[in-house]
Amino acid sequence: MIYREAGQFKATYSADQALFPIRQDQVGVAILLVIAYIVVPFVGNDYWLGSIFIPFLVLSLAALGLNILTGYAGQLSLGTAGFMAVGAFAAYNFAIRVPAIPLLLNFALSGLCAACVGILFGVPSLRIKGFYLAVATLASQFFIEWLFTRVGWFTNYSTSGVISAPPLSIFGHSLSSVWSRYVLTLAIVTVMALGAKNMVRSSVGRAWMAVRDMDVAAEVIGIRMLRTKLLAFGVSSFYCGVAGALWAFLYLGTVEPQAFDLARSFQILFMIIIGGVGSILGSFLGAAFIVLLPIFINIGSGMFGHAFRADTITQIELILFGGLIIFFLIVEPHGLARLWRIGKEKLRLWPFPY
Amino acid sequence: MTFFLEVLVGGLLSGAMYSLVALGFVLIFKASGVFNFAQGAMVLFSALTLVSLLEKGWNLWMCLGITLAGMVFLAYLIERIVLRPLVNQPPLALFLATIGLAFAIEGIAQAMWGTQVHGLNVGIPDVPLNVKGLLISEFDIFTGIIAAVLVAALALFFSKTRVGRALRAVADDHEAALTVGIPLRHIWVIVWAVAGIVALVAGIVWGSRVGVQFSLVLIAYKALPALILGGLDSVPGAIAGGLLIGASEKLAEVYVGPFVGGAIESWFPYMLALGFLLIRPEGLFGEVHIERV
Repeated sequence: MIYREAGQFKATYSADQALFPIRQDQVGVAILLVIAYIVVPFVGNDYWLGSIFIPFLVLSLAALGLNILTGYAGQLSLGTAGFMAVGAFAAYNFAIRVPAIPLLLNFALSGLCAACVGILFGVPSLRIKGFYLAVATLASQFFIEWLFTRVGWFTNYSTSGVISAPPLSIFGHSLSSVWSRYVLTLAIVTVMALGAKNMVRSSVGRAWMAVRDMDVAAEVIGIRMLRTKLLAFGVSSFYCGVAGALWAFLYLGTVEPQAFDLARSFQILFMIIIGGVGSILGSFLGAAFIVLLPIFINIGSGMFGHAFRADTITQIELILFGGLIIFFLIVEPHGLARLWRIGKEKLRLWPFPY
Repeated sequence: MTFFLEVLVGGLLSGAMYSLVALGFVLIFKASGVFNFAQGAMVLFSALTLVSLLEKGWNLWMCLGITLAGMVFLAYLIERIVLRPLVNQPPLALFLATIGLAFAIEGIAQAMWGTQVHGLNVGIPDVPLNVKGLLISEFDIFTGIIAAVLVAALALFFSKTRVGRALRAVADDHEAALTVGIPLRHIWVIVWAVAGIVALVAGIVWGSRVGVQFSLVLIAYKALPALILGGLDSVPGAIAGGLLIGASEKLAEVYVGPFVGGAIESWFPYMLALGFLLIRPEGLFGEVHIERV
């Protein structure tokens, strides 16, 4: 009843090809955006905005990037954090070496840098497949981490190896308040998420899915492997690179190469497994889940009067994350996004089940 | 020249230690088609269990026995909880499940036995030997011998025994193996138990070398390039890959490292493996798959 598309006629091609063709979806997205842009900044305090919403949004963006590569193009990557690091360090170097570059252009350029590196490390995917490729992507992770730790030029020869974002401003407005950084992050993530949603239903996205389902068959029907696979690596790394730049500039402010270690790559991989492999919405749901879970664990341990030591909580987190991954793979391999789809099917009839 | 040889031999012998870990990966992949990312966690789990039991002051053999029983029980649990519900799922799903498994085992191992660093001494001698002017650690030679014995035993097991042949059938095709009457559940328990035993051997060797601590998990990342270099489904490949990686990594660290900032051991093996894979995508000894639409 609530979610029924009956009676919504499309009179033009553009209406039929809209990003959200169903009215309930349009209303839902509009309400979500109003909440995100207006309600959250007014209701939330600095802690919520700065320590939960901004990292949630940035990690969603990275998960989106990985989802494009793994969920849509079918190339499993364990080196996501490496590409985030490229974005972060590129943004830093642009900011201190060419201060004239405006902030948004800086983010775009860092994304492009990450995309170039991603394409470079994507070249082996044309020949290496499956698990061999998954392990080979670790090469990028370890190499990039080493590069930024060992080669001083990238950190501007800072002795501690830590980079700090310069004072940020956009169109003359200073970004010193948490609120402004939140809105900027949100704006970038909104635009890029809509872009991704549009991209995966275009010819490019369809080519990716064909490659994912069987790349030999895709090649036979005339999809160009070189272009399709490298584009997937490039676009995915672009998203990860921008996420890295946002992580360094808008979330933490100062960041070291170890912030983008293998654990981060796995964290993002877990997000797309739990959220839903091959789903834009899933990237957000998974990121929300993974960001919120440790907070709930903390609250839960608080209820027991903080009876657990810090390392016990870390271990509980490890066990829970591992267990949840297995649980989701067995019970719902398509993740939270699939649950949402089932919910929509139910809402089509509810509350009159006939 | 002596120095070069010393580095080379040292590298080859530490490569044997990588092979020990890579062997565990190969076993499970060969016998069930699962890329078991949790092998490193299993090494940690077995070593931590053994060392914690030893610290209670019990007899070494009794502790070894209990740890072995523990690894078999772990294999049973993994089959029951993780693998059985995932029969006939795509290999990728199983791979992701083992990543989750790795996290869970790491957490459980540390929750059970604590996070402090333990020293492990099971009586492997560690004296530098002088062989024709080269200084070689006796410990490393011992590791080499263990690796050789394990490989020989596994090769016999896979080619000569009934269970070994059943394992290879399961690796080829889960469903077809089930159809001809191979009890999949038992087979999986067996192969994970064998991998657990290999993990225990690797855990003892590595634990005696670097101490039993959380970073034991990281040696899996040393074994992975050796694994893909040699070929995922080849026991000799794991050995050859391990030796190749060990030797070239040490040589590169000594002769190239100083010019580019050092510590290239973290990524050099991966780049080397990547280079080899570009020429032979299945690794040196891996089975070549012909893809058909």
